[in-house]
Amino acid sequence: MSQVTEYSEKVMDHFSNPRNVGEIENPSGVGTVGNAKCGDIMRMYLDIDENQIVREAKFKTFGCGAAIATSSMATELVKGKNVREALEVTNKAVMEALGGLPPVKVHCSLLAEQAIHAALWDYAEKNNISIEGLTPPVNDIDETKEFYEMQGEG
Amino acid sequence: MSKMIYMDNAATTRVTPEVFEAMRPYFTELYGNPSSAYEFSGKIAKDVNEARKTIAGTIGANESEIYFTNGGSESDNWAIKGIADQLKDKGKHIITTKIEHHAVLHTCEFLEEHGYEVTYLPVDEKGLISLEELEKAIKPETILISIMFANNEIGTIEPVAKIGEIARKHGVIFHTDAVQAFGHVAINVDEMNIDLLSASAHKLNGPKGVGLLYIRKGIKLSNLIHGGAQEHGRRAGTTNAAGIIGFGKAAEIAYRKLEETIRYESKLRDKLIKRVVEEIPYSRVNGDLENRLSNNANFCFRFVEGESLLILLDKKGICASSGSACTSGSLDPSHVLLAIGLPHEIAHGSVRLTISDETTEEDIDYAVDSLKEIVDRLRSMSPLYEDFVKKEKVG
Repeated sequence: MSQVTEYSEKVMDHFSNPRNVGEIENPSGVGTVGNAKCGDIMRMYLDIDENQIVREAKFKTFGCGAAIATSSMATELVKGKNVREALEVTNKAVMEALGGLPPVKVHCSLLAEQAIHAALWDYAEKNNISIEGLTPPVNDIDETKEFYEMQGEG
Repeated sequence: MSKMIYMDNAATTRVTPEVFEAMRPYFTELYGNPSSAYEFSGKIAKDVNEARKTIAGTIGANESEIYFTNGGSESDNWAIKGIADQLKDKGKHIITTKIEHHAVLHTCEFLEEHGYEVTYLPVDEKGLISLEELEKAIKPETILISIMFANNEIGTIEPVAKIGEIARKHGVIFHTDAVQAFGHVAINVDEMNIDLLSASAHKLNGPKGVGLLYIRKGIKLSNLIHGGAQEHGRRAGTTNAAGIIGFGKAAEIAYRKLEETIRYESKLRDKLIKRVVEEIPYSRVNGDLENRLSNNANFCFRFVEGESLLILLDKKGICASSGSACTSGSLDPSHVLLAIGLPHEIAHGSVRLTISDETTEEDIDYAVDSLKEIVDRLRSMSPLYEDFVKKEKVG
């Protein structure tokens, strides 16, 4: 358990006081990426106005400290941007904004990037528009049955 | 940090002042090499042998059967590689379990790369092996059975005496990794038919860097550490006098207080388990509730991930550990939790709390209150919990 000491102050801040946690009712777009088997799932909700500006972003994440911190930072970075700019919030941008991540946690920032893309894809599909450079989300949750059926005490 | 509650005693323990004081002279005054000829060293060699005698007495062994090493991993490596090499002409089959410590598992994997065959026995949902399956796995070529005394993650105590009986019946050497059990459970190598036993001082309030391998009289195994003639020519390296003295003291104290400690810790452990299971929904205890180390509690909390939990516990001053992938540096969660049948998703949300005889009832209450708050908080952020709640509403 050495991760704690490897996290930057910014990561610890965004993990301990995550921004924009929650859901948006009737979101313009929502995307879920990752899978429970690997221990990371991110869900991002976007509220996008008629000028294609991201008014609000919220998230829910199941995962480690880095997963929660990258989700928090990703929502901060897309807020106020138009959809094309939001698409340019890459994993690198998220990592840089957090002051870096330990090497084994870089995949968390990729997941955050994919969560943005998945939410934008949902928005594009709902509104029947196409956003240049946006590809369909690749990551789906692995909703295994036993996860929900696993009962009580051993 | 203002407050610290140490609940990771399976990882290591505090050297108690009594043990430390016993060791102190062997650093600054009695610093001679016990192997040297002069009287100054002779006294140290005698003291080392007293510690050997004390330790041997705690497990019903003879002092000539105790060999000091630098720790549990070395002892496991020595036992397994030593027997594998010694008996390679007799056979190349080893039986172990899926829930061993990596010091055993990775040693077995190493031997597999060198032409040995290893059977990894499965365990049931409590972490217990099946004696029937063990007996069925024994072949004419089987040279060693290596099964841990008690599991380091979930605290399950294996039926060691019965395993020893089976091993003896079939004439197979029986090694047990007792790193978590020595000093915490009553052990008798004769009654339990144990041929080789690994232990480590720092798990029972002794110092780090010293362990032992008990080798039953008459058992031959190849050396692992070659060099000088220390430890009756079976384990080279300058005798760690201070460490061994500390080990001896720690073992003496641990076994003198054993019943009292077990009674005290079990009470606290049971309170911890009871409160968690009753007060935190969708939680479960891992391991056997009866055959269990008195200091071990291991839980899974659904919809949350272990590393996040650990960091938040740490912020509250609680030191604990987890079997989640994120804390192991690999993609898979703990092999022990998977072996008892937990799906990956649930194994990721595990936390191990291992107490000591210095843990107080207030510590337990504080830990449970903290866990409640943290699990609640992480669930409020968890998309899995969100989905679960929505499904429940619909259903």
